[in-house]
Amino acid sequence: MNNITGNPAFALELNELTVRYGPGCPSCGESPESLDRNRCPVCGSVWAVRGVSLRAREGETLGIVGESGSGKSTLMRALHLDEAPTSGAYFLDGGEENLFGVSPRRRRYIRDSLLGMVYQNPYLGLRMFFSSGANVAEKLIAAGSRNVRGMTERAEYLFRYMEIPFSRVKEPPRNFSGGMQQRVQIAKAVANNPPVLLLDEVTTGLDLSVQARVLDLIKRVQREFGVTMIVVSHDLAVVRLLADRTAVMRDGVIIEQGLTDRILEDPRHVYTQTLVNSML
Amino acid sequence: MVKKRSKHYNFAFLDEGSKRVIRRALLKAVAIPGYQVPFGSRELPIGRGWGTGGLQITLSVIGPGDVLKVIDQGSDDSVNALSIRNFVTACTGVETTTDSGEATLIQSRHRIPEAPLKAGQIMALQVPMPEPLRLVEPHEAVTRVMHAEMDYAPMWLALYESIVRTGDIELGADYPVMVEDRYMMMPSPIPRFDNHKLHMSPALFLFGAGREKKIYALPPYTRVVSLAFDDHPFRVESTHGRVCRLCGAADVYFDEFFDSATGGRLYQCSDSGYCEKRRRAGARATEPAAPTA
Repeated sequence: MNNITGNPAFALELNELTVRYGPGCPSCGESPESLDRNRCPVCGSVWAVRGVSLRAREGETLGIVGESGSGKSTLMRALHLDEAPTSGAYFLDGGEENLFGVSPRRRRYIRDSLLGMVYQNPYLGLRMFFSSGANVAEKLIAAGSRNVRGMTERAEYLFRYMEIPFSRVKEPPRNFSGGMQQRVQIAKAVANNPPVLLLDEVTTGLDLSVQARVLDLIKRVQREFGVTMIVVSHDLAVVRLLADRTAVMRDGVIIEQGLTDRILEDPRHVYTQTLVNSML
Repeated sequence: MVKKRSKHYNFAFLDEGSKRVIRRALLKAVAIPGYQVPFGSRELPIGRGWGTGGLQITLSVIGPGDVLKVIDQGSDDSVNALSIRNFVTACTGVETTTDSGEATLIQSRHRIPEAPLKAGQIMALQVPMPEPLRLVEPHEAVTRVMHAEMDYAPMWLALYESIVRTGDIELGADYPVMVEDRYMMMPSPIPRFDNHKLHMSPALFLFGAGREKKIYALPPYTRVVSLAFDDHPFRVESTHGRVCRLCGAADVYFDEFFDSATGGRLYQCSDSGYCEKRRRAGARATEPAAPTA
């Protein structure tokens, strides 16, 4: 299973990702069934993600659902290379290097050039004291652009695309509403056309009408930019709208994976059934 | 002018062990151009922040055969330059000069001499703020990682933001440079006018920050490029239309004076040694020093 190079058929490939916080011990290392949910009763280590494998083809949207503490955000941080995993292999675009093993400088290049990330909390993804235009430019600068006019024009284009009034490009995002901050974040994430976009609970905390507009925008970005997306949400409705395929996580493990429609219409795992039944 | 050395102190004030530690840091700095090497900054009879970094470099590399020039804001005669020069001669007895061409070792604050430096000369520059990334990141632990990973995007972003907001990069002296396409470096608070003198210079540049306890260096013939965007090139302070009221030099960096009688402005070479040398050779301002309105 743990191949040494990526499969060219997949834009994103994650093999057997495990993230453990704590020292680990023979008890939890050898018999995962001894864990109390995701925590080892012997040594206290938390197995935030255990043996998670994901594959996404180019332009495909993969949804990940699960309750709080199921390991979704840890998984996202690992995919964005913010988190050093305990073990696992990660390939983009059928590449030959395991991205978990690259040098810090290379890691930064990959994060800046090949990945885009939209955080649940805009404060994590934006510089609130810089202008919104500069926030978009930051991604372009990180990816190597040194042309002021080119970057300003790109910001202008993306702001129009994201339906943010261009007159507010010089304002810092802290002046904006939550939905607008989220749209600035999306503009920043797609600024240099990264092939992979990671969305972590992007609509959580937004009111319903704003949610709908942000989701609509993400759909449009996905369709028109052709990016591969990983969408994490605790909200099945979001995943139903965006994802082609869905994985259900619980206690750090994927318990069920399949086409989104299938998961929603015919959930097999007891937990997934509860989740689907609890949908409003 | 040779002064007699005081016998109450070790040669060049610092003990030999301290000099060796500083020279070791200097060697490392020369080996990695633009990289800030931490060093154990020593106590000196002047306060930290008053040129102790440059002075420690001077004291640890100076030998009895050196000819020393000390510059403060271009001038050989300001209080700081005088005090440092007197201190170094008192504990070394070396010869001093105001002619940058004759000096083997030049300690300077805020200026690089107008006359091109030569191979074999050493410039020791006093540095108040060695960390260019301090403008965008307050934590030392973080800036060191940023240098290691060449993560200079936040700095470029600050420059971009400045251009978008004001139409120009709002940095005056101490304008950051890239050294050999690798390390971002503060050139010490020299005017932008002097930045190009660092590029491919035949002389050795040593930078000392005594308060911040950092040493860095540019070995001879190092590529040094001031930060600039493709469509927003680096610009130096304009000296257009100005000439020195004493020696008539143009295309040099000027000090500006106000004439209290007329309210006009007067310009004069900031590099006093250069101006003096020109006047000794007969150069004069073509017109009498008439203040311009």
